[in-house]
Amino acid sequence: MIQQVDNPVVEVHDLTVSYNNKPVLWGIDFTLPAGQLVGVMGPNGAGKSTLIKSVMELTDLSSGFVKIFDQDLNEVRNRISYVPQRESVDWDFPASVYDIVLMGRYGKLGLFSRPKKADKEATFDALRDVGMFEYKDRQISQLSGGQQQRVFLARALAQNADIYFMDEPFVGVDASTEKAIIDLLKRMKDQGKTVIVVHHDLQSAAEYFDWIVLLNPRLIASGPTKDVFTNEILQKTYGGKLTLLSQVGDLMATEGFPNRE
Amino acid sequence: MNNFIDFILLRDPLVRNIIIGVILLSISSSIVGVFTFLRKRALVGDAVSHAVLPGVCLAFIVQGSKNPFGLLIGAFITGWISLICIDVITSKTRLKEDTAIGIVLTAFFAFGTVLMSYIQNNSISANQGGLKDFLFGSVTSIREQDIYVFGGVAVALIITSSLLFKEFFILSFDEAFTKTIGFPIIFLKLVLTTLTVFAVVVGIQAVGVVLMAAMLITPAAAARFWTDRLRKMLVIAASLSVVSSLGGVYISYENPSPTGPWMVMILSLIALISFLISPKKGIISKLIRQKRFRNQITKENILKAIYQINEKVDLPDRALSLNEIFDNRPMQRDQIAWGLKKLAQEGFLDKKEDKWGFTNEGFLRGQRLTKLHRLWELYLTEKMNIAPDHVHEDADTIEHIITPELEAKLEVILDYPLKDPHDSIIPYRK
Repeated sequence: MIQQVDNPVVEVHDLTVSYNNKPVLWGIDFTLPAGQLVGVMGPNGAGKSTLIKSVMELTDLSSGFVKIFDQDLNEVRNRISYVPQRESVDWDFPASVYDIVLMGRYGKLGLFSRPKKADKEATFDALRDVGMFEYKDRQISQLSGGQQQRVFLARALAQNADIYFMDEPFVGVDASTEKAIIDLLKRMKDQGKTVIVVHHDLQSAAEYFDWIVLLNPRLIASGPTKDVFTNEILQKTYGGKLTLLSQVGDLMATEGFPNRE
Repeated sequence: MNNFIDFILLRDPLVRNIIIGVILLSISSSIVGVFTFLRKRALVGDAVSHAVLPGVCLAFIVQGSKNPFGLLIGAFITGWISLICIDVITSKTRLKEDTAIGIVLTAFFAFGTVLMSYIQNNSISANQGGLKDFLFGSVTSIREQDIYVFGGVAVALIITSSLLFKEFFILSFDEAFTKTIGFPIIFLKLVLTTLTVFAVVVGIQAVGVVLMAAMLITPAAAARFWTDRLRKMLVIAASLSVVSSLGGVYISYENPSPTGPWMVMILSLIALISFLISPKKGIISKLIRQKRFRNQITKENILKAIYQINEKVDLPDRALSLNEIFDNRPMQRDQIAWGLKKLAQEGFLDKKEDKWGFTNEGFLRGQRLTKLHRLWELYLTEKMNIAPDHVHEDADTIEHIITPELEAKLEVILDYPLKDPHDSIIPYRK
């Protein structure tokens, strides 16, 4: 079930990515419509995070390309925001909540120039949107997991982008933060933004997302949630058997075999 | 004493220049060091500082003198080559960075030492004296032109890092995000590494290659104990570094000896003091906080004990002797004695003859602790499905840290219960 769309905001074409010779994504090919909440799902090791990292050019591609608004990433960087996994940074860093959210403005500021009053205002607005304004002067190591995630979201909001890629924003957060985040994502959707979220809880996914991309580690499905969430497709994704594909992948890794000629 | 006055009044123009040079050196190396520290690449500074030795020696062989420009270039080249070697080893083999640093650091330093012996044995130039000073640093061997060259580099380092402050800040915190907003991270990392190499090169005359890494790492590590903000951390690191360097320069000026070891000894002492006494993170402050918690627990346990002993006989105001409390509670005698004395001083207990009874405040606290203990037991059995005989120890700890807000929440969740799982009455304040 792979449904292609006209005028996609994101187009992933024949994407293959490998780590140490082991392919973690195989020939991925899909398009995403604008203004939707998109869930990227799949079992552990299915390459969900790798997919959005390769869209953001944080990993090298073995093959294929990605277009956003029908352009290269470099042309449209200011319209795109990336929210890394919370654990990817060291929170024991000498910075305040405000300092981190202000980083969302750095992209538009460019090199050398200093933040202006407008950037400060935008930072405050973003902090208010995630309910963290009162914490703006707090040292970031004193935050709970949920608050750290809100800080990362505020930083993304401060970027004022059109497409957001979020890596596991619901991991390790309390129920009230999860609710606050999903409400925020829905508000962003209502403003016409596209939000692509790596997620692994099937139960909530059906409720949260309009569109689902299923990986394992090739593309199993991409389409409206109700069409994708069928027993047959879920069985295919989460069936749990070691597929021939991943066995070949392991073989390539151990032999140091190039994955494209 | 006269020497000291001469020294601080900067009467000798050479001393004055040296001091300006050393201040610039300390500021620049500590600023660069803070960013290396935050990027968790402290050991790289160590590798570079050892790896500049062969460059210095080669430059000496080539130009036959200690001309600072040549030394700067030589040191810069081998410093960089060592970093490239580390990079190649880490990316092309299965060896990890710590191993690669260990190998490269020692290899370059060994090569440098061999070159140094060669220079000495072959008397390449009459001007060879003082080459050994590059090992441990010597301010007395610094000449005016050295100060201009190295001081100039230090100023350039300070200016570059302040221009790229925002960029280094975000790069140190979140490299992936920095890349996604389109900042040229390869360029930024290259600049930061170049600054590290230059910071090392600037210090080789005053501090020496062996100990130069301390000027990068130690001020940053010490400063981190005093603040949670990057700007303050930079200022503190630079100040600590300047103070230690000037101290080191003065001592080695007074009794001619290598400067680097003195600087680093003072700097390390300051770092050690920071680790111990800084108010939030220091080891001693942590111990004091723990001691305070233990004392609070002892005192609260006594109040709770008195409340519960009296509760059994329904005589809340009865005064108790030390022995009566000791027989009823698994606490040490001297602890109880200490706690009773403290509680009397703080106005929670009244001592009459050899017995202690509650004041009004003492009664309320004893009652509240008992209530929290029983509420928590009930919470664990009712809401967490834990067996009633497993909840007592847990409640013994939790009762001391529950805030009034959590207390109110507990009451609501459990709907103001009257009895705990063991059928004891949960006392509410009237």
